[in-house]
Amino acid sequence: MTQVLFIFIPMLAAVFIPFLFKSIKNVHTGWFVLLVPASLVIVYSTYIADVARGQVFTGSLEWIPSLGINFVSYLDGLSLLFSLLITGIGSLVVLYSIFYLDKKKEQLHNFYIYLLLFMCAMLGVVQSDHLISLYFFWELTSISSFLLIGYWYNRDKSRFGALKSMMITVGGGLFMLGGFLLLGIMGDTFSIRELIAQAPQLASHDYFIWALLLVLLGAFTKSAQFPFYIWLPDAMEAPTPVSAYLHSATMVKAGIYLVARFTPIFALSEVWIWLVAGIGLLTLCWGSFFAVKQTDLKGILAFSTVSQLGLIMSLLGASAITFHVDDVSNSIFRFAAFAAVFHLINHATFKGSLFMIAGIVDHETGTRDIRKLGGLMSIMPLSFTVAAIGSFSMAGLPPFNGFLSKEMFLTAMLAIKEFELFNFNTWGILFPVLAFMASVFTFVYSFYFVCHTFIKKRNEKYADTVHEAPIGMLVSPILLASFVILIFFIPNVIGDLFVKPAMLAFQPFYASAAAIDIHVSAWHGFTPELYLTLGIVGLGALLFSTLKKWQPLYQLWPQKFTLNHAYDMMMIGLDTGMNQVSRSYMRDSMRQYLLYMFTAISVIVITTLFVTDAFSFSFEGTAPIRLYEIILIIVLVIGVVTTLIAKSRLTAIIGLGSVGYTVALFFVIFNAPDLALTQLVIETISVALFLLAFYHLPKLTKINERMRFQVNRAVVSLAVGAMVTLVALSAQSQKLFPSISKYYEETVATLAGGGNIVNVILVDYRGFDTLFEIAVLSIAGIGIFAMIKLRLTRKGNGHENK
Amino acid sequence: MKTNDMIIQFTAKIVFFIIFFFAIHIFLAGHYTPGGGFVGGLLASSAIVLLVLAFDIKTVRTVIPVNYTTLIGIGLLLALATAAFPMFKGDPFFTHYFDYFTLPLIGKTSLHTAMLFDTGVFLVVVGVTMTIIQTIGEDE
Amino acid sequence: MEIIMAFVIGLLFTAAVYLMLSRSLLRIIIGTGLLSHGAHLLILTMGGLDGKAPPVLTDGVTDFADPLPQALILTAIVISFGVTAFFLVLAYRSYQELDTDDISAMKGGSEDDE
Repeated sequence: MTQVLFIFIPMLAAVFIPFLFKSIKNVHTGWFVLLVPASLVIVYSTYIADVARGQVFTGSLEWIPSLGINFVSYLDGLSLLFSLLITGIGSLVVLYSIFYLDKKKEQLHNFYIYLLLFMCAMLGVVQSDHLISLYFFWELTSISSFLLIGYWYNRDKSRFGALKSMMITVGGGLFMLGGFLLLGIMGDTFSIRELIAQAPQLASHDYFIWALLLVLLGAFTKSAQFPFYIWLPDAMEAPTPVSAYLHSATMVKAGIYLVARFTPIFALSEVWIWLVAGIGLLTLCWGSFFAVKQTDLKGILAFSTVSQLGLIMSLLGASAITFHVDDVSNSIFRFAAFAAVFHLINHATFKGSLFMIAGIVDHETGTRDIRKLGGLMSIMPLSFTVAAIGSFSMAGLPPFNGFLSKEMFLTAMLAIKEFELFNFNTWGILFPVLAFMASVFTFVYSFYFVCHTFIKKRNEKYADTVHEAPIGMLVSPILLASFVILIFFIPNVIGDLFVKPAMLAFQPFYASAAAIDIHVSAWHGFTPELYLTLGIVGLGALLFSTLKKWQPLYQLWPQKFTLNHAYDMMMIGLDTGMNQVSRSYMRDSMRQYLLYMFTAISVIVITTLFVTDAFSFSFEGTAPIRLYEIILIIVLVIGVVTTLIAKSRLTAIIGLGSVGYTVALFFVIFNAPDLALTQLVIETISVALFLLAFYHLPKLTKINERMRFQVNRAVVSLAVGAMVTLVALSAQSQKLFPSISKYYEETVATLAGGGNIVNVILVDYRGFDTLFEIAVLSIAGIGIFAMIKLRLTRKGNGHENK
Repeated sequence: MKTNDMIIQFTAKIVFFIIFFFAIHIFLAGHYTPGGGFVGGLLASSAIVLLVLAFDIKTVRTVIPVNYTTLIGIGLLLALATAAFPMFKGDPFFTHYFDYFTLPLIGKTSLHTAMLFDTGVFLVVVGVTMTIIQTIGEDE
Repeated sequence: MEIIMAFVIGLLFTAAVYLMLSRSLLRIIIGTGLLSHGAHLLILTMGGLDGKAPPVLTDGVTDFADPLPQALILTAIVISFGVTAFFLVLAYRSYQELDTDDISAMKGGSEDDE
């Protein structure tokens, strides 16, 4: 219970933000916000020791008990690691944002509400055991991401980026929901733990492959995998703290989390291994290759994030191989899972610091264009140091944590070709080759980022005005950078405390975290990994030094064949297409709409009558036909026809009046004296009203109607008439149950003390009808009064649109 | 619309009273014989309309100084109050009560809360009809 | 009798819909008027027309006309009066403001029904 409440603490705190922002002007709202993630970090830290020993914590809160949907918080190693990342990086980002966002110029309350909302959603995603609540939080992260990207909503690009990210991630989320529902149908439960327990049975189910594909779509869109990554570069329009937090450290890792979480369910399928590992690797190459093309600092980081996410994804795919080998604890495939989690932590540290540095550079120089920057090293030494640490770690150099996870990644990739099932022993060789290529480009863009910003020849324009960022802004990146170095020296502490417990969640072969026999060491002899690293550094350095010569080659690729172009075309096409479709029937003409409605009603009713065999026809129980009834009918028909063909206003009104009076006479002969009385009086007043209102109007003019419309009109009118007649006939011919009127007749004297049944029904049995009826009548009366008395547009002032 | 036709005005006065009392009668009798609040209200307003036709709106207004929009409100409130009253006694909304009494002059008769509700209906109908006629007639 | 009435009601509805689809406001209002007459007769006919006496308790009479449709129709008559009056005034006022009672001319365009 309290464990679930921790998830909602950020959301509850968000309620107070506007008041704090409005009332306490001289303190930056961020300081209050900082308390939330900071205290949550402390809360979740208390779990570390127990979880590392293999304990799991659950708590639940009822949400929709009638449907069996609850918030279930499930804290195991994986969830705890993510929760700590969310709150830990969250605290640093909030701290950073206090200095990044001006308290006077910015709408801080909006920013922090969205940020807290995101924090809550993200904690919910990683802790939910129930698929439906997981989906709920999942979409909430997309929505809060949308709001944060569009934070500067008066910028065109922000809105575009926000919409793009939402279209893609929410769309993917919908597919994922489909996958969840299929899983729910297959396993008859929405609990992830229970589904994992029945994994072997699920694998043989018909829906299995569909569920797999749909869930993967959700994960791939969220984690910016190829070809869905296109939203991430555009999301860089968000304020930099947001980019550091959502779009590198946490939200984009939700897909990673999902894949890890579902590995025990889907790993039995070769499709899963191929797709996750293959798409991951493809994304890794693609992202690193195109990162070098970028000229925007954050653009480089965005593509590098895409590629690093691909790296983790491919490792997760490789980790699924362990489900197909015996004796996992001694196999060479066991490193993939460790490397995945380890790199996830490392990536969060170095990429977070790099984003913050990019923000600082932008903040101090006013530009993020790498072509205009250069030589900032001497002006901003602290920033440069942090940037260098982050970049070298990203490039995979010692003594930084990136080196360790990069080595393990290479180990895992080299191991893949040893796998004997599913054609991996023939095609598996591609994995280390592609991994090598991608690492070379990673090396290049890492150096590109740091050297072109800080080392390259100085742009004199910035020499005088630019200075080092305030120390408060530097605290967060420096902290992250020190983690980068620290982790290099104590990898096994991190491994035992966080990585191994997290591995248990998707490598359920080990008895406990301590049983996982993986020891990280910086120096592991002259292994193939070491030679590969040397090759990466050598080739990378060569490519980087010749960057100027080959970078223009990127421009050769025509704009028309990019994924972004395809996305734009799709959106424009949808937009115009939908418009055309609705234009084709929304003709802006009331009569057309009426035509549609009448046609629909008559078609639906007549079809239903015949399809359900409801139409029947009998002469039984009908009242006899009398002469004066015939005469009345003839009068009525004449009245209707007169009204229909009347050329003049007066004739039409008199025609209508005659119909009304005839109806009153019908009421008389059919034993309805109350109706007859009312109808007579009403008819009199109505005719008077008609004459009053149309006294001043011009003569009816002959309007030339288009022939086609006239025909349609006639046909539709006849159809409606026919429909009513058919309904009347079949209703008349079958009485399915006795009328309630018998009850009224029997009780009218005893229960209601009346004699006139109709009136007693009105005032007593169905008094509600009458009450609302007089209410409607009053509204009509007051409406008329207002229309005439309240002249908002005086005559002569002209049309409001003029 | 000022007319000086004495005969019409004289007849209208007499007919007004006939129709008006007929309206009251038909309204009161509604519980046992054809009639009720709707018909009663409509007849009463048509009686007033007759006066309006024979004289003119201003004259009628001074003779019958009733604000018809207020009348709508009173009628609605009366109906609602009658319907809501039983709730204070613990009975369901819209419970009606009735009993038989022997009154002097009239003899045995029944008194009925439904009658109060019907009075509300009567007032609303008169109010609305007259509001419509009056506002349209006064325009221009 | 009910069978004949079914056809008469059908005629009323046909005429009503035809008028409602015209361009003149007055015709549209008259159409709604006819529509409500049709609906009233429909409800009445569906209750059966074979009652021998009005639904008022009288000694010795047991075969009443069905009171329920009558109560419904009574409500409907008054409501349709209110609605018709409202329409009328709406039309009257828009004629005063816009100098036309042609709904396509009111919109300002003549490309109606293309």
